[in-house]
Amino acid sequence: MSRVVFLEERCKGCRLCVAACPCGILRPSGRFNRHGYEVMEQAGTCSGCASCAVMCPDVAIRVFRSVKAKEGAA
Amino acid sequence: MKDERILIKGNEAVAFGAADAGCRCYFGYPITPQNEIPEALARLLPERGGQFVQAESEVAAVNMLLGAGACGVPAMTSSSGCGLSLMQEGISYMAGSHVPGVLVNMQRGGPGLGDIGPSQGDYFQAVKGGGHGDHRNLVLAPSTAQECYDFMFRAFALAFKYANPVLILGDAIVGQIKEPVRRMPPSDAVPAEALIRSTASWRMEGYGRRGPDGRPRLLKSVYLAEGALAERNRLLAQKYASMRAECAWDCVQTEDADLVVVAFGSVARIARSAMRSLRRDGHRVGLFRPVTLYPFPAEALAALAPGRRFLVLEQNLGQMVEDVRQAVFGLDGPAKVLWHGIMPGLFASADDVREPMLQALGEVR
Amino acid sequence: MDAHALEAALRPADGEKCVFDTNPVLNERLTHYCPGCLHGVAHRLVSEVLHEPDLAPRTILVAAVGCATFTYDYFNVDGLEAPHGRACAVATGVRRARPEAVVFTYQGDGDMAAIGLAESLHAANRGERITSIFINNTVYGMTGGQMAPTTLLGQKTTTTPEGRCLAREGGPVHLAEIMAGLEGVAFAARCALDSVAHVRAAKKALRRAFEVQIQNLGFGFLELLSSCPTNWHMDPVTAARHVAESMIPVFPLGVFKDKAAAPSGKPSDAANESEHTAGGAADA
Repeated sequence: MSRVVFLEERCKGCRLCVAACPCGILRPSGRFNRHGYEVMEQAGTCSGCASCAVMCPDVAIRVFRSVKAKEGAA
Repeated sequence: MKDERILIKGNEAVAFGAADAGCRCYFGYPITPQNEIPEALARLLPERGGQFVQAESEVAAVNMLLGAGACGVPAMTSSSGCGLSLMQEGISYMAGSHVPGVLVNMQRGGPGLGDIGPSQGDYFQAVKGGGHGDHRNLVLAPSTAQECYDFMFRAFALAFKYANPVLILGDAIVGQIKEPVRRMPPSDAVPAEALIRSTASWRMEGYGRRGPDGRPRLLKSVYLAEGALAERNRLLAQKYASMRAECAWDCVQTEDADLVVVAFGSVARIARSAMRSLRRDGHRVGLFRPVTLYPFPAEALAALAPGRRFLVLEQNLGQMVEDVRQAVFGLDGPAKVLWHGIMPGLFASADDVREPMLQALGEVR
Repeated sequence: MDAHALEAALRPADGEKCVFDTNPVLNERLTHYCPGCLHGVAHRLVSEVLHEPDLAPRTILVAAVGCATFTYDYFNVDGLEAPHGRACAVATGVRRARPEAVVFTYQGDGDMAAIGLAESLHAANRGERITSIFINNTVYGMTGGQMAPTTLLGQKTTTTPEGRCLAREGGPVHLAEIMAGLEGVAFAARCALDSVAHVRAAKKALRRAFEVQIQNLGFGFLELLSSCPTNWHMDPVTAARHVAESMIPVFPLGVFKDKAAAPSGKPSDAANESEHTAGGAADA
């Protein structure tokens, strides 16, 4: 399963990532960073498309995609 | 370079001086009476691998100068009157960012579009900063074509020594007069390569040129953090104070003079002619010619004050006279400062200033 | 998430690869931009384009005045401040002094299309080898939401309280199309930052805008339609939607000029046009 990591202290709570996610798995977390912005969280299965990160103006998102180990079969 | 004398205009001497001093970039917009400068440099600079850009305006020209100066490259612009007014914003940014550059103002009559005759009406603009905020330009005032040539070397050296704009303040007479000029770098000329080397610690070039440990740099004038701008201004004030070491002036027969005429640029030439004729008639007249208008050679002038009067001759409505009065203010003795203005746009002769000099002598007696 | 947990989370596990990361051209400083402002996205794209062929060590950024005043704080490249509107003139001076450098300006709509229109058009017309990134969000952001040259007809701003009126204030300036009409311009395009697909397209265009400079073809220009949630009085997601629904119909997206993409596949007249940067001013 792929995953999204939020660098929460960089987040400004704009929610562009939430709107960009084609799987609809991102949501506000109810937690606030030290700047007072509500940070986001992953709540569902991530496809690893990185749309959220592409739209994030604050470079607050990293995306890790699970890669099927095809090489192992070769 | 041959040791030769060539008959050229002051404007051409500026261009030759700039090229020989190692100017790499010229940016400017045409305006009379200084067009010989860009026209000469349009040939001279490309021949030497330099860059000549006819800008779309003086506003653009001064900002191109800011860009090239920020790269640590000897660069210049030239203009006249209204053109310098348009450049003031950029000059202020250069001063605020510690960026060197040379600007030539061959003054024309003002205010407004004025005329294309001689004037010294831009004195205040030149020596008091001219743009917004507290900034100062080093200002050199040539009075001959030879000085137009020589002062370009000094201008580039000072611009790089202080990382500051340097202004050459001439006028229509200085720029247009044709005189023999010895085209040889002055003995104290600083090679352009040395000027460029002196910028190694701050210039824009891309951090990769600074070796494997190169770090990005920033040149700016904006300081928003509390106290940051105050600190910046303190630094600038120190720099301006240190510029006092550059004061330069010329004294002609001041030792025995009862009356010292204070004049700069083309007016100093006229004053000198009148002075000579008055000397022949037995009047003890001397001439004090500030060569740097900023810093103003106030101490040298004050040293002459005891027992003498001053007559300030200038082609404006009374500008340098304020610096002269301040220089001798409160000094013991009859250090009275008189003033005579030649109206901007007029081509004055020695005869025109003889009468006010005689009147001033009359007051001495 | 505490620092240790974050550090652990940022390590790819077995069978994982990081598909989105930052790069060393963009520094770690948090920007001063408002939440949801797309300047941050544009910054990231610029940093990626400067990083991927490793242009940053020879790059000089000329920053403008407006919200982008502090652009230089976010890039690990040499940065130079320009007066309001004059970035293209300053960049011309930089370019002429340092022909080997990569030079770019980053300017807002007020800076480039109002006060700095003359400097921008003439630098472009001279074919200066610089790249200009033009952020169009139809409003003066830094000063608090006044009318910009790109403000849409009918758009309310603090200085057009009844909405911009064609008869009174004129219409929005289409800078990409104007740029494309100038001889010296090698690449002119307009992209948008409102969606993932548009951001990805913008990166391709941005790369071209730098490539034409490096290939000595001329001036590279990219207009980016952006948002201003604060001065539009919209939340960031609505503002991005507004870009799509209200701006793009007025400011069509596309590549209006690309000299390198001549039908023959040959860069047009590249040899003839390399003349004025052949001799450098700097030799230090």
